[in-house]
Amino acid sequence: MIGKKKVTELRHLAAKMRRDIILMVGVGQAGHIGGSCSAADIVAVLYGHKIKHDPKNPKWEGRDKLLMSKGHAAIIQYAALAELGYFSTVELVTLKKLGSILQGHPDIHKTPGIEANTGSLGQGLSISNGMALAMKLDRKDNKVYCILGDGELAEGQVWEAAMFAGARKIDNLVAIIDQNGISAMGRVAERMNSNPLPEKWRAFGWHVLEIDGHNIEEIVAALDTADTIKGRPTAIIAHTIKGKGFSFAENQAAFHNGIMTQAQYELGLKEADAALVEFQLLETEA
Amino acid sequence: MATYSNPRMAYGEALVELGKEDPRIVVLDADLCKSTMSVLFQDAFPDRFFEMGIAEANMMSMAAGLAVSGKIAFTSTFAVFATGRAYDQIRQTISIGKLNVKVCGSSCGLSDFGDGSTHQSIEDVAIMSAIPNMTILTPVDAAETRLAVRAAAEHPGPVYMRVNRNPVLDVLTKDDTFKIGRHRVLREGNDILLLTHGVMVEKALAAAVLLEKEGLSAKVVSISTMKPFDYEGIANMARGMKGVVTAEEHSYIGGLASATALALRRSAVPLDYLAINDVFGESAHYPEQLQAAFGLTADNIANKARKLATAKP
Repeated sequence: MIGKKKVTELRHLAAKMRRDIILMVGVGQAGHIGGSCSAADIVAVLYGHKIKHDPKNPKWEGRDKLLMSKGHAAIIQYAALAELGYFSTVELVTLKKLGSILQGHPDIHKTPGIEANTGSLGQGLSISNGMALAMKLDRKDNKVYCILGDGELAEGQVWEAAMFAGARKIDNLVAIIDQNGISAMGRVAERMNSNPLPEKWRAFGWHVLEIDGHNIEEIVAALDTADTIKGRPTAIIAHTIKGKGFSFAENQAAFHNGIMTQAQYELGLKEADAALVEFQLLETEA
Repeated sequence: MATYSNPRMAYGEALVELGKEDPRIVVLDADLCKSTMSVLFQDAFPDRFFEMGIAEANMMSMAAGLAVSGKIAFTSTFAVFATGRAYDQIRQTISIGKLNVKVCGSSCGLSDFGDGSTHQSIEDVAIMSAIPNMTILTPVDAAETRLAVRAAAEHPGPVYMRVNRNPVLDVLTKDDTFKIGRHRVLREGNDILLLTHGVMVEKALAAAVLLEKEGLSAKVVSISTMKPFDYEGIANMARGMKGVVTAEEHSYIGGLASATALALRRSAVPLDYLAINDVFGESAHYPEQLQAAFGLTADNIANKARKLATAKP
């Protein structure tokens, strides 16, 4: 459990990250706004509260690890890393420019705080298995958090990894499924329907929690519960809204990797600023 | 007296030796450990061995996770599955990330003679060669396999290594060393240059004996590192020769024949090759039978060399 002040702080972080997304993607270039905004609150809680890490020392031996298996949502991770001081927020607008430290998908050699090259979907959970078992070999009391998309669950390798983690009882691993229900071309349920998720993960030997992926308290509570689960990995199924926070992008497959018009960009900034107002008032009061 | 030793046994024994020296060594296998011989490591270091089941993709990505956490991860399965089934995993996370994952391509080439085309790797070197950051080792015998495993562990970054299933001719001497990128001269000669690797070295040496009887002296060289390929060294060795012949248990596309052609692109020395001719393998009762069916024989190497040496300019 966390206090009201912390909840506000994390909501504020997520709101800043969503504004960063609009600035980073800008006008005329495609950007994965949808799946980044659905994961924004989860990523904010992980970096802003849950994981042990040190932005000034990204390779700190005592850190937990956070992997974006749905690597196309790297931009929400970049926003969090910049807001927390891994690198300057000024870097954010260089996204995908030639020579930028911020690549279209996560790159360990270019971006401080990135733990593995992901982006070819379905591989992050396997990589997380390796990281979690390395922690056990090294007798480290750390955890690996892996964020997957529900569209990504169509990749067979996810289930190889899920089966392995269940069989090996990898209990320092938490998978968070950002179930926004929409993949690049439309509704997940109308393609390779990955539902029902809780039954599937349970059958593979995981402890399963279901939450509203935009509710800070629920995200924190689920992550705290995962700490108490021993002898099996934990899967948190987070019900989310693709493009959450931006009227033109919410629940729109077109904004899986969409291009904003000038008008949408301005609207996005306006909506992001509106979401930030309450925190500015709080700051003024304080 | 010629002796033969098993490279896959050398692979397993080398892993155990390394495991004793370096706690960072971990080994993964996809339900083939008694075939790849990583079982020897499993017996010696059960805590650092991961039986992954029949799931090569998960194995390769998990090795990436171990490697990015400071381990030196050896993944063992058949060459055809490592480079085919798990290609994307090797490319995306391991190679782009320059991670310390060593991929053992066991039962390489036609060496899984009985199992047929699905289990025989005729294109593994080609596939791996096209991936940036990848190093490819093609050791000539069991002793060199042992040294190559050690070199792979010491080399920072991804390595793919071919390991033969069957006993191959021992050619290294006790004091021989191994360095990634260095070719190995097995026989000196100045008329014909025979370039080869792995199981085909024995045939090249036999071809050299045949040629010698006809007054042609053949230099036999094992290209034990296919990447980085020694383009310059090979061009230098070819200088003054009457011809160069490559021999490999691999498709001529993307293997030793292709790389040598590139090495000799500015050379007037004629080149020919003996390789698998853009066809899949098939089952046979004996590896030699299969090699003969695909034309991979000492006689054919000698024939090609003779033709180059006697051709009118």
